[in-house]
Amino acid sequence: MNIKKMSLKIFLLIYFIFLLISFSIDFQPGKLIAYNFFLFLISMLKILPCAFILIGLFEVWVKKERVEKHLGENAGVLGYAWMVLLAGTTVGGLYVAFPVAYSLFKKGAKLNFIFTYIGASAICRVPMIIFESSFMGIKFTLIRLMISIPLVILTSICLGNYLDKSNYKILKGK
Amino acid sequence: MYYLYLATSLILLLSFYADRQKTFLALKISYKKFINILPSFLIMLISISFVLFFIPDRIILHYLGNNNKFVSSILALLFGSLTLMPGFIAFPLCGILLKKGVSYMVLSAFSTSLMMVGLLTYPVEKEYFGVKVTIIRNLISVLIAIIIALAVGFFYGEL
Repeated sequence: MNIKKMSLKIFLLIYFIFLLISFSIDFQPGKLIAYNFFLFLISMLKILPCAFILIGLFEVWVKKERVEKHLGENAGVLGYAWMVLLAGTTVGGLYVAFPVAYSLFKKGAKLNFIFTYIGASAICRVPMIIFESSFMGIKFTLIRLMISIPLVILTSICLGNYLDKSNYKILKGK
Repeated sequence: MYYLYLATSLILLLSFYADRQKTFLALKISYKKFINILPSFLIMLISISFVLFFIPDRIILHYLGNNNKFVSSILALLFGSLTLMPGFIAFPLCGILLKKGVSYMVLSAFSTSLMMVGLLTYPVEKEYFGVKVTIIRNLISVLIAIIIALAVGFFYGEL
């Protein structure tokens, strides 16, 4: 673990030194890379603090039994609908969905629902849908949603069941 | 975006009003979780900065404008899986491609794999779900993107 941490620090250091040198000698590719880095850093920093605050509040306030009742082993088909709805309100993208999914899992949600949530938050976030249909036309968006949502649910069930059988343990402590 | 801030502050205030200690505990959990995953986020950002440099918009525009639909679709899948873009860049790009006559099939392959397949989010995803599941989930996503592309091609009569 310590070696991993050290190498990461060294790697980061080299990266930022590279960016610094690029700016001082006006190295165009390096400047572009820096631009890309900060563009994404800013767009992520706009979202991540809120996302993690909400995750923290979720962990403290929502009882495990409640999650288990709606999304646990014995939860019904409605669970998939909940997941698609929750995914619809997710902002950002997959990188926000992962920590949320992880917290849901920790609270006792079934793997099938977890994967539905991740898949759905990739393809049917409401702001993104509105944006997409304005550029691609409503027909395109509708076809995409009609086909992708059932596929996501179906593959989540397959993957969830397969992992349940193989005794999958999610990573701890993150 | 502002709704997110508004909602978060409202919920935070409510929580604070209901139970001060629990709220502090929540914030501590938030902070710890964020710090734990931060290295993976940084690796992701650095990878993004390089990939976007080597595959800029104009390369995507150039290759997807290719005449052969199937070759373009496969390239679209590849670009979509490799790169990561926020929607406000991706969809205007798709809009430009559409005006240039690129088929809906190619664009759906591109946008779907862009959204669902994350080579660049791999460092983050594997921290939560492990290497194996991350790979399986991404492979499934590629498959879904292919099916959607074919279906869109069918509905638009492009096949």
